[in-house]
This record gives sequence, C-alpha cells and structure tokens, in this order.
Amino acid sequence: MNSSADIPAEDPFAAAMAEEDVRGRSLWVDAWHRLLKNRAAVISGVIMAVMILLVLVGPLLSPWEGDFTDWDNTSSPPSLETGHWFGTDSVGRDILVRTLEGGRISLLVGLVATLVSLAIGVTYGAIAGYYGGFTDRIMMRMVDIIYALPFMFFVILLMVVFGRHIVLIFVAIGAVNWLDMARIVRGQTLGLKNTEFVEAARACGVDHNAIIRRHIIPNLLGVVMVYVTLTIPQVILVESFLSFLGLGVQEPMSSWGALVNDGAQDMESAPWTLIFPAAFLTVTLYCFNYIGDGMRDALDPKDRL
Amino acid sequence: MSLLEVSDLQVKFDTPEGEVQAVNGLDFSVRRGESLAIVGESGAGKSQAVMAIMGLLAENGSACGKAKFKGQDLMQMSRQELNKIRGCEIAMIFQDPMTSLNPFLTIEKQMAEVITHHQGLRREEARAHAVEMLRAVRIPAPEERVKQYPHEFSGGMRQRVMIAMGLLCEPGLLIADEPTTALDVTVQAQITQLVGELRRKSNMAMILITHDLAVVAEICDRVLVMYAGQLVETGSIEDIFYRPQHPYTQGLLASLPRMDRLSDDELHSIPGNPPNLMNLGGGCHFRERCSKVMDVCKDDPPLQVAQDGRQSRCFIEMTDGEIASTETGDSAELVGSGDCEKESTETVE
Amino acid sequence: MTAPVLRVQDLVVNFTSFTGGILQRKERVLRAVNGISFDLNAGETLGIVGETGSGKSTLARAILGLIKANRGRVMWEGEDLTLLGEEELRQKRKEIQIVFQDPVASLNPRMTAGDIISEPLWTFYPHMAPLQVEERTRGMMKVVGLLPNQINRYPHEFSGGQCQRIGIARSLVLNPRLVICDEPVSALDVSIQAQIINLLKDLQQKLGLALIFIAHDLSLVKHISNRIMVMYMGSAMELSQREALYRRPLHPYTHALIKSVPIPDPKLAARARQDSWLAGDMPSPYDPPKGCIFNTRCPYKVSRCQTDVPALRRMEQGDWVACHQAEDLDLSIHLDSASGIN
Repeated sequence: MNSSADIPAEDPFAAAMAEEDVRGRSLWVDAWHRLLKNRAAVISGVIMAVMILLVLVGPLLSPWEGDFTDWDNTSSPPSLETGHWFGTDSVGRDILVRTLEGGRISLLVGLVATLVSLAIGVTYGAIAGYYGGFTDRIMMRMVDIIYALPFMFFVILLMVVFGRHIVLIFVAIGAVNWLDMARIVRGQTLGLKNTEFVEAARACGVDHNAIIRRHIIPNLLGVVMVYVTLTIPQVILVESFLSFLGLGVQEPMSSWGALVNDGAQDMESAPWTLIFPAAFLTVTLYCFNYIGDGMRDALDPKDRL
Repeated sequence: MSLLEVSDLQVKFDTPEGEVQAVNGLDFSVRRGESLAIVGESGAGKSQAVMAIMGLLAENGSACGKAKFKGQDLMQMSRQELNKIRGCEIAMIFQDPMTSLNPFLTIEKQMAEVITHHQGLRREEARAHAVEMLRAVRIPAPEERVKQYPHEFSGGMRQRVMIAMGLLCEPGLLIADEPTTALDVTVQAQITQLVGELRRKSNMAMILITHDLAVVAEICDRVLVMYAGQLVETGSIEDIFYRPQHPYTQGLLASLPRMDRLSDDELHSIPGNPPNLMNLGGGCHFRERCSKVMDVCKDDPPLQVAQDGRQSRCFIEMTDGEIASTETGDSAELVGSGDCEKESTETVE
Repeated sequence: MTAPVLRVQDLVVNFTSFTGGILQRKERVLRAVNGISFDLNAGETLGIVGETGSGKSTLARAILGLIKANRGRVMWEGEDLTLLGEEELRQKRKEIQIVFQDPVASLNPRMTAGDIISEPLWTFYPHMAPLQVEERTRGMMKVVGLLPNQINRYPHEFSGGQCQRIGIARSLVLNPRLVICDEPVSALDVSIQAQIINLLKDLQQKLGLALIFIAHDLSLVKHISNRIMVMYMGSAMELSQREALYRRPLHPYTHALIKSVPIPDPKLAARARQDSWLAGDMPSPYDPPKGCIFNTRCPYKVSRCQTDVPALRRMEQGDWVACHQAEDLDLSIHLDSASGIN
C-alpha cells in the first residue's frame, strides 16, 4: 500500500498554500466567550466598570469637595434640594463625594495589594515548585514562618517603625496575601512541571527560565486570575478592618471601611451615613465574587460536568 | 428472543461550543447468551450509547429512544428501578477499575455490600460467596486477598475483582467497556480468556465495547461497527472478518498490525481524521476518508439489511447474502427527529 | 559496518524513595533500568518492547539525559553524554530528540502549532530572522502532513493524530540524527496509528535518521524496526534481528509476548492463544526475584534459574539473549503459508 496515503494528494496542499492562514482560537478566547455567556459575571463586570468610572470621575463633577464642611446642612438626610443626594455627616461633609473618594482608596488598595501579592507570589511559588527539592523546602519553610506571625502584630510593627502611611497599608496587606498566592502557585507548578509538554520543552533544550515563563506561568494564570478576583474583595475587607481599628487611612482621606465605621456610630440618628458606603462596599464585594466564580467556570469548563 | 433490544437511540451532549450528536439513530439487539462487540474509534459513540441505556450519561447529556431489557424499557425507568437492574441483572466493567472501586473499603466489604443489597444474604454467607467469586476469577489465595484494599492489587488483579463483583448476582448481561485497554498484553490475554470462559460457563450475554478488533475475534459472536455516532456495518464475526462490506470496516481491518504475517511491511492506513461531531452535516460521514468515494456519497447512504441480519450503511451494494430491505438514508433522520426528553439524572461515578 | 552512532553500556537508573516517618526512615531502591547495553547504527531503527514497569521509558529519558543515570555510559559519537555538564548536554539536544506518548499532553495548550514547532529554533538560534523561522516551520508542517495554513491554530483544535504530527515536527525541526519515539501511537486510534507509523518510517528513510521506537507490545514494532530489544523489569531479555525474533524467539518471555498479541482472525484467534499466556503478574520491583528475574512466571524454569542471574549473551546467529536454556529451548513460531500460527 502506498505510504503517502496518509498525506492527502497534492491538491489540498496546493489549495491550502494559496489560502489565508486559518486563525487559531486560543483557550483564552474560548474562556472569554464562555465568560460572556455567564450573565451574573457580565452584569457584575458592567457594574464594576460603572463603579470604577464613577469613583474616578464622580468627585470631579460634584459641586462639593470631600473635606468641605457645609455648616448649613449638618447631618441632613438625602435630598435633591440641598444638593446632598446622599445626605451629609455630622460635620456637614457630603456623603456622596466621600463615598466616591473612599471608593478610590478602597479599590486602589484592593488592586495594588493584590498586584503586589500576585507579582511576589507567582514568582516565588513558581520558582519553589519548579526547582523543587532543597530550594523548595527552604522557600516554603520561610513562607510557613511568615505565616505563623500574627497579622495584626505585623501591621502594628510596620506602623511603629515606619509611621502611618497609605503605602504601608499596601505593603502590609500585600506582604501577607502573597503567602497564599505562593502556596497555590507552587502546588500548580508541581503538577505542571511533570507534564509531558514541560518535559518536551526540556528535551528541546529550552532553559529553565524560559520554561517557567513560557510553559509554567501561562498555564497557571487561569487559577491565578480566579484567585486574584477573589482576593480583591478580601483585601478591601481587610483594609476596612484596619481602618475600623484606626490603623487604616487617616482623615481627611477616607475609605469605605472608614466610612462604614463612622456611619455605624451615627447609625440611629443618621442611618444614611452608614447605608450608602455600606451599599457600595457590598455591591463591589458581590460583583468581584460573581466575576471570580464566572472566571472559574469559564477557565475550567471540566469542573462543571 | 432478544434479551436487550435497542431501537433508534439518540444521544446528545450540550457543550459550551454547541450541541454534539454522539449517537444518531442506533438499533441493535443482544440475544440471551450472545456476545456482541461494539467496535469504533474514539468519538464513534460506542461508550455513550451504552451509558445512555444504563442511565449513566454525564450531566450535560440527553438521550431518547427505546432500550427494552427483558421486555421492560430501560429508558423509561426511574432511578430506583434502574439501580436494581444495574449491578444485578446487568453488570458493568470499565476500563479503569480503580474508578469504580472505593479505595477506603476492603474488597470484602465492597463485595458484601453488593450481595446484601441485592440478595439479602447474611454477612458470613456474603463473605463465603465473595471468596468463591474471587476464586472463580482465579485470584490466588482469595481468603487472604479479600481482606485487602484495592490499592494492594495490581491492575490486572483489580480488573479481576471488578469482574468478580459484576458476576456476584449472576447477571444475564455483562457490559464491558474497554476492559483490557489499560492492561499489559500478557495480562490482557489472561483477562480476555477469563471473560470468555466465564461467559460460556454461565451462558451470560455480553456487550464488549472496544476499539480493538483483534480482541473481538477471540470472544465475540457478532460485531457492530460504529462511525461518527452511526452503525456502519453489523454481522456475524466471520462475516465481518472475512467478508467485510463497508469500506470503513475493510480499512479498519487492513490497518491492524498482524502478528501472524511477517511479509507485509507497510501498514495500510485510513487517510484523514475522524469528523468533528459538532458539524457533521448530511451525506456519508466517512466519505472524506473513503477510498471508494463516489458522487452519490454526498447524500445520506442507505442502510442495507440482508436476509441473515447483516447490515451495511453504504451505497455500494452488499455482495454477500440476499438483501431483504433497503432503508433509505434519510428515514433514520426522520425517526430521529422525535422528541428527546429523557434527561439523565446521574453522573458517572 | 560503520561504527555505531549510539552506544549504551551497562546503563543503570535507580529510583530511591523513602518510606516511614522521620524517625525510622527507610530507603527503598527501585532499579528501573538494570544494566542495559546496546549499539545503534546510523539510520537504523531499534524497537524496545516491554510492559508497564519494564523501564523502557526511563531508559529513553536516561539516554536523553532527562534523568540522571546512576551508572554506565551513553556514548554518542564517541562522547559520553552522562559526563557532560548541563549546557553541553543542552547543545546535544539538537542531535537527539524525542516524541512523546500522549500527543495532546505533550503540547503546551497555550501555544499555537507554529510556536510549538518553532520553539527549538528560537532556543538554539535566537538570532534567526523571524521570516526564516516561519518558513522553516511551515516547511516542517508540510513534511509531517499538516496544512501549513494551520500554523496559528492551538492544539485543542487538532485531532489526536494531528497533534502527534505536531510533536513529530517539533522533534525534527532541528535536524536531529536520532529520534527516540516513546510509544508514539499507543494513545491513538487504530486507523491513525498506521498513518503515524508510516509517516515515521517515511521520514526516517528520507532524512536518514536513527530511530529508537518504544512500544508496549510486539505488534507495531514489527513494522518499523530492524532490531528489537525486549525488556522485563529493567533488564534486557533478548536483543534480536526482527525476522529472527518473530520466527524463533530465544527467550520464553519474548515468546509469551508474541503469543499474547491477539490475532484479528476468528478461526486462528482461539487456537493461537491457547494456553499461551503467562500466569501471574509482574513481581514487585522493590523486591525482585532472585536469579533470573523472569523465573516467577517462566513455564520453562529449572532450579538454576532461581539462583543464577543469566547474563545477556551472544548466540551463534548473532542475537543476544539472557536465558540459561536458550540453546535447549525451541520456541519457534510456525507460520502457515496462509497466514496463521499453528
């Protein structure tokens, strides 16, 4: 029988040569399409986009400044007439503007701290997992030790040494969050490094750095992205908690956590000071969770079967 | 009289990319004591057809059609009724025995569970029965082995345990889904012989699902060849091996490496790749790989049925046996367009 | 005869694992490859056959240096690969390549076919012009029977057989002199298996490659090998010319392996496998039997087999066997003119 039976005769090749290249559909594109079919995630995404836009542009459009005290309307309820749509607090500051400005800080903390933990965690975890053996043991023991430090103690220590500053909040939260990230990434890497395609890359002479960059990291990004979207709300909550304890942002700067804390004190006399920031915070947390869930389903469709 | 009679079986899967028609209008029957092989490549729908009958489709699958087992339609049964039949009147063994054995229970416990559940025997009796069964599948020192956990058995031994468990209730039908694919050749030979022997002894019917025609030659009476969700040819084992009618069957046989022939160096191969089940379209699904393709193949090929029951879905007329009827190609589609309601409720364990 | 390109001598690979707690740590040594030696000539195909746990894949990886050998030498054109440093060994990858068993798992799902095939090129020739790389990649795709316009597709958009073609293209893109195929077709459908075997054979003849073809049974290697080595639990049982091996195997294990391959012929099938199969399972590799490693399953064993380890020795006709009784046993497989085994 003829050996070239498996290769179609000349024609299809000749025809294909003239043809345009077929466009590939990467797993990312696939996942993106699946994500778009997830209604909860899409709605959440839209809400978050609007929220971010509002938080960035809103305070600029508002007639009020965040630290402006309107002595005529202290503790006034929401009303269109006074121009304080969300009302004011006990010292006459506009709640709408303060909520939006607080949102900037909260979202920024969430984003930056997560990115910090992402950068450190992925690199650290991938290296530990890929090299394995002694390197892995040393690196992961260090993670365990840092993990054992009480978080609050760590934050207070930082505050005492460096003084209170917003950057410190990023550092403090990021410094703790990367531990989880490193563990997740290491676990994934351990699995990936034994796959045949990594072995194939080694057999092709690809060096270790390139293997980590091209073969390991792209394949664990899915899990990492899901974890990131679930970390952002967690970080926002941690920041709120720190603010609540008085270790967070300082007046006149504010965050949703700090606002909720303020509002909680006037809850009975001026509930709007609590309700609006709390609503923004809750909606954000929900949205991120829905997006995270949607991404998990989209990136790993086998999970759903 | 046939033990199991399947007619117009349709299996569909809903995937994020669209609907996949895994099985399209499949008819077959198994008589008492007969052994039928369902042969096909990956994606032919051979496993899914049987899973659908047993109510074991994955969550996103749906099936319709009829599957009469001893006169009762399995497809209409409730889950409880099916459970009673599964593992008792119909036994199943799978490719990977580890997936169907509980790693935390001893073999004895797992076997006793089956017996007490289906037959209501007492514990000591159940154990004695389990040991007896293990001996029947030639596991050495069954009294000792029965107290061990699945991971203490080798792959071949595990498959024997699965067979023993399947046969506990003396089922009328054994469904074996690629039972030897994961095993080494020497062990494969042992298991194939064992299954053949046990079957002859108890006059049990069997459906063997496999991609390996060579195994079929040893232990089956009849063969059904599937391609892209459809039956392409069926007939007795002699018919299929010595007088294959359909070009796909012919190609499949020719591409098998033969240990008994040294002379032919070059392996025959079927060109091309299996079709994408997502967008099958009309016409013969095999036409792009077929060596005897004609212009008419763009239309749905007819299913030719000969007097002796053999069938071939092809425009090429059967040269063997008298043709009793020729079903036109599109009639299967028409029947198949009926409602497909029965949703499977259980996932495969 | 020319000097062999590859000469493996007494290669040993051990896997060490630890059991027990920290306090009473026990070391267990598994001898995955146990003193394997063979030569491979340029342009020759050596089939290596063995069941699960025979050490055939480990042997392949040890030759490539993906796993460190504990003892022995891998002489590649007179240079011992086991003594090379990491960078020197990396340079040898241009000459020795591997094709993997699982066509899908051996391709990175996040890379396009083109990127996968051209990765070795950018790795070894970082200054190669992108256009040249692309041209070479497309050329390679054509050689292995893929449409070059599929260059931007991802592995999941190809069928299993096509994925294996991508894997073969990747292994050939650097113009290697030796390709090790580790069960390249066992994950593929029957009709596709034949395609890939024929492709490999074709390419070997065209490019003058030396090939090591690993398989778990004797049916497919027959069609591609010049010589065949049969392995059992890390040791070589027999190393024979293809014709001789199938007509008159020297080792009882080879005989059993040949007999256990099912024959797709209903009339012959039952007869051929009658009491041909081996009893029992492979013994635990942690506790291998004394004497001949095959003695627990061998139907021809004598008392000597339980005490003395048979060495791999050369028989009159030039084939190698590790059996005490090779001269006395007649394990001929009788071939009918009509195609069958009696």
